[in-house]
Amino acid sequence: MNYQSLSALDLALAASLILINGALSLRLKLGLERQLFWAAVRTVVQLLAIGYLLGWVFEFAYWYVVLPLMCLMTLIAGTSAAGRGRRTYAGQRLDSILSVWGSSWLVTAVGLFVIIRIRPWYEPQYAIPILGMILGNTLTGVSLGIERMTQELTSGRASIEMILALGGSRWEAAQEPIRQAVRAGMIPTLNQMTVVGIVSLPGMMTGQVLAGQDPVEAVRYQIVIMFLIAASSALGTVGAVLLTYRRLFSADHRFLKDRLKERV
Amino acid sequence: MRIDERRQVCLLQPTDFRLRSADRVSITGASGSGKSVFLRTLALLEAPTSGEVLWKNQPVDALHIPAYRSRVSYLAQRPALMEGSVEDNLRFPYSLKVFQHLVFNREAVQTLLGHAGKTTDFLAKNAGDLSGGESQIVALIRTLQLGPEVLLLDEPTAALDPTSAGEVEALISAWSSASARAYIWVTHDLAQAQRMSDRRLHMDTGVLGEGGGR
Repeated sequence: MNYQSLSALDLALAASLILINGALSLRLKLGLERQLFWAAVRTVVQLLAIGYLLGWVFEFAYWYVVLPLMCLMTLIAGTSAAGRGRRTYAGQRLDSILSVWGSSWLVTAVGLFVIIRIRPWYEPQYAIPILGMILGNTLTGVSLGIERMTQELTSGRASIEMILALGGSRWEAAQEPIRQAVRAGMIPTLNQMTVVGIVSLPGMMTGQVLAGQDPVEAVRYQIVIMFLIAASSALGTVGAVLLTYRRLFSADHRFLKDRLKERV
Repeated sequence: MRIDERRQVCLLQPTDFRLRSADRVSITGASGSGKSVFLRTLALLEAPTSGEVLWKNQPVDALHIPAYRSRVSYLAQRPALMEGSVEDNLRFPYSLKVFQHLVFNREAVQTLLGHAGKTTDFLAKNAGDLSGGESQIVALIRTLQLGPEVLLLDEPTAALDPTSAGEVEALISAWSSASARAYIWVTHDLAQAQRMSDRRLHMDTGVLGEGGGR
């Protein structure tokens, strides 16, 4: 199989497709033109930048180059997971960085050391894209989990206080919100796993196939990745929800509802 | 004493208050005077900024707070019911660890329902279809069936029509006269305070004093 290289002109042609979105936005008065423009610019600039950066990192395959890059990716993922939702509390950013970090690194380590057994483990061709894919999905789980948790705690305040007043422990009072939040965080991954290969061809697999890789081999990698993603987003979601729980319920079984604030 | 952390307003001034068994206390006062905060602090749902809540002359440590709250029960003005039937709601407390040694007792519940003028069919009703008064009765029976030693009633009839309010009063009177247990009843209805209490207190901007109902 050969492989068709893309020129700058090809990229410009593809980018011009954004004009369709722009025309729709103007016609339907969506007011999204500015956002569309900047989203398009960011797509091009960020991807070109990461392309050059990765090219550079691949040449200098040293742990002291790869590891800081992995840390930076994780920090950015953790911070953007915290930036959503209508309500927040002091320490939310830290909780979301911690849960993204812990879950994605643990699962990436399992992938690199136990399953793919790549040597050295920091071989950037593997370590960086795998961590990246795991982070992208964990971030979604974590942010949905925290968002749902804070929402359930706000709307379910009367029930929570009722359970506490009856003599329930903080764990008993938080059961239902925790359950709802963990479910909400895990559903995107479950959906993805259900339709993969039928409705959607994951980007990584498509990329490998386009680049001339044998589809059966590409699929094997994709299967591994799907399970790594599922494990990490589940761990990350549970971690984030439990950290939120610890922040908002005190050891003396009180619900610290005043800590929940509307985001301004 | 309790100070609001966000607004730094003193919600409850230093108060020395002692409740003895079989006491029937009412607290009246304007909205926002700190009556609710006082009850919620007694239930340890709010932490006092300074001062202590003693139960049988002992401070309550964190570990025993759920058990304490099962003895000293706070009832909110607006009852919180869960999805399901009235009976599901009444059975709920038995799923909690503090009540795992107890089982749902249908006869006891029927007696309580009788005090509030309700029949057994009431148990099958959907909690979502209840009126405010009926919901308050469910919330009360949910607590009373567990045999608390102290009830902290936070304006239980403020949002109810006179008939429902009468049913709630009847239910609480029957419970307290049968078991000689104490309650604190927060109300802004002076006539109710006269009817339902032997000791009347008044709260004014966080200061608790004798002589409510004047």
